[in-house]
Parts: sequence; C-alpha cells; structure tokens
Amino acid sequence: MNSLSHLARLEAESMHILREVVAECEHPVMLYSIGKDSSVMLHLALKAFYPARPPFPLLHIDTTWKFREMIAFRDATAQRLGMDLIVHVNPDGVAMNISPFVHGSAVHTDIMKTQGLKQALDRYGFDAAYGGARRDEEKSRAKERVFSIRSAQHRWDPKRQRPELWKLYNTRKNKGETLRVFPLSNWTELDIWQYIHQEKIPIVPLYFAARRPVVERDGSLIMVDDERMPLAPGEQPQLRNVRFRTLGCYPLTGAIESDADTLPGIIEEMLVATTSERQGRVIDRDGAASMEKKKQEGYF
Amino acid sequence: MRAGAGGGGADVIAYLEAQGRKDLLRFITCGSVDDGKSTLIGRLLYESRMLFEDQLATLESESKKIGTQNGELDFALLVDGLAAEREQGITIDVAYRFFATEKRKYIVADTPGHEQYTRNMVTGASTAQLAIILIDARKGILTQTRRHSYLVSLLGIRRIVLAINKMDLVDYAQGVYDTILADYREFARQIGLTEIVAIPMSALRGDNIIEAGASMPWYRGPTLLQHLETVPVEDDAKTQPFRLPVQWVNRPNQEFRGFAGQIAGGSIQVGAPVIALPSGRRSRVARLVTFDGDLQEAVSGQSITLTLTDEIDVSRGDVIVSAAAPAGVAEQFEATLVWMSDEAMLPGRPYLLKCGTRTVTATAAPLRHKINVNTLEHQPARQLELNEIGVVQLNLDQPLAFDPYQANRDTGGFILIDRISNNTVGAGLLQAPLRHSENIHWQQLDVNRDNRATQKGQRACVLWFTGLSGAGKSTIANLVEKKLFGLGRHTYLLDGDNVRHGLNRDLGFSDTDRVENIRRVAEVAKLMTDAGLLVLVSFISPFRAERQMARALMGPGEFLEVYVDTSLAAAEQRDPKGLYRKARAGEIRNFTGIDSPYEPPENPELRIDTQALSAEEAADQIVARLRSEGIIDRDSVFLP
Repeated sequence: MNSLSHLARLEAESMHILREVVAECEHPVMLYSIGKDSSVMLHLALKAFYPARPPFPLLHIDTTWKFREMIAFRDATAQRLGMDLIVHVNPDGVAMNISPFVHGSAVHTDIMKTQGLKQALDRYGFDAAYGGARRDEEKSRAKERVFSIRSAQHRWDPKRQRPELWKLYNTRKNKGETLRVFPLSNWTELDIWQYIHQEKIPIVPLYFAARRPVVERDGSLIMVDDERMPLAPGEQPQLRNVRFRTLGCYPLTGAIESDADTLPGIIEEMLVATTSERQGRVIDRDGAASMEKKKQEGYF
Repeated sequence: MRAGAGGGGADVIAYLEAQGRKDLLRFITCGSVDDGKSTLIGRLLYESRMLFEDQLATLESESKKIGTQNGELDFALLVDGLAAEREQGITIDVAYRFFATEKRKYIVADTPGHEQYTRNMVTGASTAQLAIILIDARKGILTQTRRHSYLVSLLGIRRIVLAINKMDLVDYAQGVYDTILADYREFARQIGLTEIVAIPMSALRGDNIIEAGASMPWYRGPTLLQHLETVPVEDDAKTQPFRLPVQWVNRPNQEFRGFAGQIAGGSIQVGAPVIALPSGRRSRVARLVTFDGDLQEAVSGQSITLTLTDEIDVSRGDVIVSAAAPAGVAEQFEATLVWMSDEAMLPGRPYLLKCGTRTVTATAAPLRHKINVNTLEHQPARQLELNEIGVVQLNLDQPLAFDPYQANRDTGGFILIDRISNNTVGAGLLQAPLRHSENIHWQQLDVNRDNRATQKGQRACVLWFTGLSGAGKSTIANLVEKKLFGLGRHTYLLDGDNVRHGLNRDLGFSDTDRVENIRRVAEVAKLMTDAGLLVLVSFISPFRAERQMARALMGPGEFLEVYVDTSLAAAEQRDPKGLYRKARAGEIRNFTGIDSPYEPPENPELRIDTQALSAEEAADQIVARLRSEGIIDRDSVFLP
C-alpha cells in the first residue's frame, strides 16, 4: 500500500479527534452550522463511529436570519441520517427583535450567535462542542488549539490554552469549564472542496450558481431571502446568477456572480479566485483583531 | 466580482484527482528573534500564491502602517497573528500555516525563538517530519540555534534544513556560508543530527526560496522549495510493528464489538494474530471495518475499527499489537521530561500521564539530572522549572504498553497533566523500561514492596551490622544512615540498645532471649523493607543461625551482612560503655566474647577492619558498596 494521501491523513486525524471527545467527554454536541465545513465534519463523524451512529446530537444556533434553503437542508439532513437535532434561538434576542438591518452585524452576531450559543451549551449541559472552524480561515484561528478550553463564562484565554503534542489531547476540565473541539483544524478551504468532491458529500444548493434576487449594498451582493429585507426607496431586487462561497445570515453574507452550478465548476472558480473566502463575511470587517476579540467573548 | 464562468470540465476533475494524491509534509520553522522566520513563511505563502487580493490589500496597508520594511511588503505581518503579538512585534505561540505546491501539501508549525518558549517549539516539533532552522548570516550560530537543534533532535526529527538567512546583509559572501555550515556540522554531530541541507537565502529578497536568483551563483544546491518538494516524506512509523491504541469500543448492538483507533505503527491484515496489552490476551483480526466497506489491510496513520475473532476483554487505553512483535509493558520508566508549566515539577508529586489513549498516575523519583539545553551538560537538580528538560524515573500506578520514543512517537510520547489545575504541564519521551514485566500476562497487583521502594528511588534492603560490643557498629551505622539521608534515601536504623528499651524490654540475655531478640528485630526489619526502606540493623547478633534466619526472611540480594571486625582485645580496650569491665568483674553474665561466644560470619557481604579504617572511611566503603550493588544508584537499580 502506498503512503497515505494528504486527504486520507486529514480524514484519519479528524476521526481520531472526533473519537477522542466521545471517549473522554461526558456530554458532547456537534455545532452544526449547515455550511460546507459542517457537512464535512458530519460526514467524518459518520465515518469515525461507523457502524454506530455518531453518539451525540447536532446543535444549530438559529439566528432566525439564516437562508431558508439552509434550514430546509438542515432538517432534511438530520432526518436522513437519523441524528438528533437541537435548534436553539436566543429568546432574549427574539424579544428584542434583533435584526442585522436595525442593530448592525456586531450586535446581531453577539446576541444571536455568541449569546445564543452560550445559552444552549449551558441549558443542555454540554461539556464539549465540536466546531467546524479551520486554522487557515483567519490569523487568530491559526493559533487555536484543536481542543480549546473555555472558562465557565465560555471565554477564550489565549494564554491558558494547553500545548498539544503528537496526537495527545488533554480533555480534562475544571468544574464549569467546557471544550470547543475543532476536528477540521488542519484542513484548508481547498481540502474541504476536494473532500466534498471525493466523498460526494451533500451540500446546501446555495453554494451552486442559480438565478437569485439580490441587491447591491456596500459592494456586497445581498440576497433578498424573505420579506424582512428592508429595501431603500427605489431599490429593486435584481435576478442575477449568483452563488455563495460561505453561508451565514443572509443579510450578512455576500454572494458572488457566477455560473458555476457543479462541484468541479465551484472548485475551478475557487482555484482562480482572487479574494479570500471570509471576505464575504461582513463580520470580519469590524476591526483588524475582530475575530480574536469575538473568540475571547465566546464566539466560536 | 465575477469569478470564472464554466461549469467545470474534465480537466478540473483530473486536477482534483491529482490533488487528492498529493502527499503531506509537516515541518517546523525555528530560529531566534529577528532571524526572519515570519518573513520566510510569509514569503512561502506569497510565492505559492496562497494569498488572495483582499489579504494582499490588507498586507499592503498594514505594511505601510505598522510594517518594518519602510513601507515595502512586510511578509511577517501575514503570520504574526494575535493583536498582542503585533503590538510587540513578536510571535508568542505556535501557529499552523498551510500551503501547497504542485507536488505536495505542507503544514508549517511556526514557533517563536524566545528563550521562554521551549514549550512551544517542542509542541510544534512533536508532529513535524522536518525542521527548518534559521540562522542570521550576520550572527552565525547562537545559543538559541543550539537549543533549537537539540530540541529538534530530541523530538526525533532527523531531517534538517539549515536556512542561512539574510545573506543580502553579508553581501552574499560564500565565506560566511561556509563558516557557518562548518560550525554547525561540528555541533550537529554531537547531537546526532546528520541529514543537514544548508541553503543560503534571503527571505526578504526571495533569493533561494523559490527561485535561485542571481545573487549567489556559487551555491549549486536546491532552493528551499525545491528541497521541500523532493525530500522523502515516508512515515517512520510504517516500518514499525503493528500498534493500535484502542480509543473507543464501538458497540452499536449485541452482535458487534469493534475497537476503534488510529494505527500508530506498522500495518495489519485480516487474520493476523494480535495481542491486547497489558492483559496479554491473544486473538486474531476478524474484520477491518470502515464506513466505506471492509478492508483487507490497513496501515499506520489510518483511523479504523477492527473486530477480533475471540471475545476477549479489551477496553479504551489498551493497545492491540502484533503478536510477532508485541510492545513492552512496564510500570517504571526512564523518561526525558520537558517541563511546560510555571509551577515546577516536583519529584514525589503524582501527575496524570497520558500516553496513546491510556491515562495513568505517574510519580517521578528524584531527578537524575537536568539538561542544559545550551551546553548539553547534565546538571544536578531537585526540580524542573518551566522550559527545563530533565531525565527522571517515573513510577506508574498501572502497567503501560509502550515503545521507546525513538522507535515510535505515538506509543513512546506522553503528556503530564496536573491533577488539580488539569493543565498540561509537561511532555515526555519514554526511553527504557526500568523493570521489564516478567511476563506479558501481567496480573494487577496492589501496592507492593517494589512499588514502595522504587517510589523512593531505591531498592529496599537490610544492612545487618554484626560484631562485638564496642566494635563500632552503631557509630558506623549512624554515619552510613546520615550519608544515605543526605543522598535523599529513605532509611531506618534499628539499634540493639534502643530496641531493648521498648519492643524487646521483656527479653534478657539468655541464649533463648538472644534468639528471640534477633527474631523480632529481623521481623521488624522485614516489615520495613516491605515499606521500601533501607534498614540498618546494628546488633551484636553473635550466632550464625540467627543471622541466617534473618537473611532467610529477606529476598535474594536484600540482606547485606556487614561484619564490623575488631579483636576482642581492641574492643575490650575501648570499652565505651564500661561493659567489658563489668563482665570481667562478673557483674554481667552471658556477655559476648567473655562468657558467651561470638560466631564470626563466614561469608559476610562486607568486612570492616576497624583497625585499618576510620569510622568515616568504613561508612564511605559501605555506601560505595550499596551503589555497586545497585541499591541506591538509579543507573543500575532496576536492571533485571
């Protein structure tokens, strides 16, 4: 047998990480964000625990502003795989009528995502949560551990992170502390796409180009996914051939114009792309060290 | 904003398949502050087109704002990730970077060069197959260069790229390169690094990074990237015997019982005979189960689930190994420790040890030595501070299946976890077992005499001082005990007079009572050896039979008879307690040497001639003997 390919090694490493959590933690959960990375992470979990079903539920922190196609895909996926799905919406945010259009992306993200996530972890008593973050996404992620210890208040303290040597992960926690675990730490965006292609992993159709109603805002193409989208006087949604490189809350996620409606087409586009994946995320523009700050506050 | 138009053709699919077959090289970059590490990595990312326009735009604006290159692109800004670091212009943690070329994918562990961050370098090196050691051509080999090289070699990385950087600042002079390389080879030989490729470069200017450039026509070797693309990446663990640390037992239903784990060495085939350690139970591989269907063979690095043909007891933490070449099982090891916590490592304190998938409790005996990572000198030490490296004997509360680290990183590397804070406080490399399990069908034992003694860093034994009254037994025994105590040994001195005041105060000096006196003392000494102590017994014990009885109570090699040999005349002349005078005067009866015999030992382990040696010299001789017997010298104590 020849030496293992890059993807085979990444796959084996991720399976090892997924199993380590189940073996050593009491009540793990998988943060399922419905995007391509979550799809890969979930697929790896199916492999890691086969022939058993992954022994943990999926948790989706719903901001109520996700694309409708994402929600449909989420529910269909959980049902198809027979996985338990927990959907949590921050009731305080709902009561306050939090909207990215009214309150801006920073407040919306903090209340609906960061606070919502903390609420759900506390409410269900999860002591470890898998997340699909990758180190290549952003500079402060490059220093994130695979097993990231969070205080009882869910804060990330870069100075308290534990050294990780070999394949040895320290999963021990003090009372109240939890773990965020990133099985995809060493994957790159290209690896993710290659793996989706190789494994034929289902992904949300929004990744593929189609005619969708969009408006142009601050240089981003924002899809008008429902009637909550406030339109400026005279602003008309236009039907354009677009797709998304990354998925989140629709008001915060910019589309790109594209005709790529197949997986090889997407990958081909990615290979010649001149802008990075996260550029479509409005959240990262809130200041140079913005991700580092959000993580310290408890964001994934 | 429009990016590409096609639906993706056959060429893309072919490209993807080629991409999927690429192999992976993990390497670490290390160097001192300002050697240009971040610049080098930034340059690799830049040149391998891993940067997008928006990242470049950010880089340009930041280079102008906070860059150190007079507004030119400052590649270091690409990788100095945390805000705290950017403000201070340093890197403070291990960061992982990713790039790819046509031939390979790469994962780079970027570790800082600060003195206090040995911890991070060891972390980064633990998963690397190759190390790039940066040297500032103006400065040559620094203390930190030596430190990094030593750590790299300690962690088992054999392939070194010596990146002699900033050649632009020494006019690209070949002489500078030659001198540094010669100096380095000399040093590297001492620490066993032989596979060294030295490349003169300027990360800032790009010379010899991707392309050779025109600046150094005298250098004919590969550029950095050419070397990274061609260096062999074969997996060392692949040639080792099969090892599967069991991570998780997969029991979806009554019919299926699979053992899941990532293969840590060798390969395995259906039908192959295996042994589960530490139980030693044997079976054969029934199936190699994966989501994508059963395999006939699986190799090192793969995460699999296997089932066995027999229902044997296997659980998480066990290691399933090749029956032909099983791993060792031991409870005592010699290990090299790298300390990673602000709180010092203290011998005697229990820590959790995680090796493979097994977690046990480990206690360190007193340190053998610590290693000065700058000079490689061994230095005595009582504890290990942050970023120090030492050699220590570890005693585990349970047996562990293992391989020496040099043979297998995954079954020979471990971390130590503080039981209170739960932090990872140290990392270690198992070297050799100090006591081989006699038999891999190991039975769990409670704490026994060996555990207790090894916990104290010694082998329990009895030093039985015999000789005439006034010969100097107690004086010498006292001195020996003081010396042992000073060496950190655990001792107890049973002295004839003292015991007669308490335990044996009902006994007189009749022969019967003398025998009972010795019997009781011998039994007490035996209990104390069970407790792991070095027991010094100072008793006249005139009869061979009683001394023989005492000897028979102890294990082989655990009874050292020390004959303190003095002539009766000399003892009588000294008469420190005036007893001989009383005996001669008939005031004491049954006094040894006067009206009761003394039977000198026929084959004592040690004979001390008090006429020839001072008490001090005698004590030194005895301690030396304990060392040569391997009772107090950890070098030889535990050899089987």
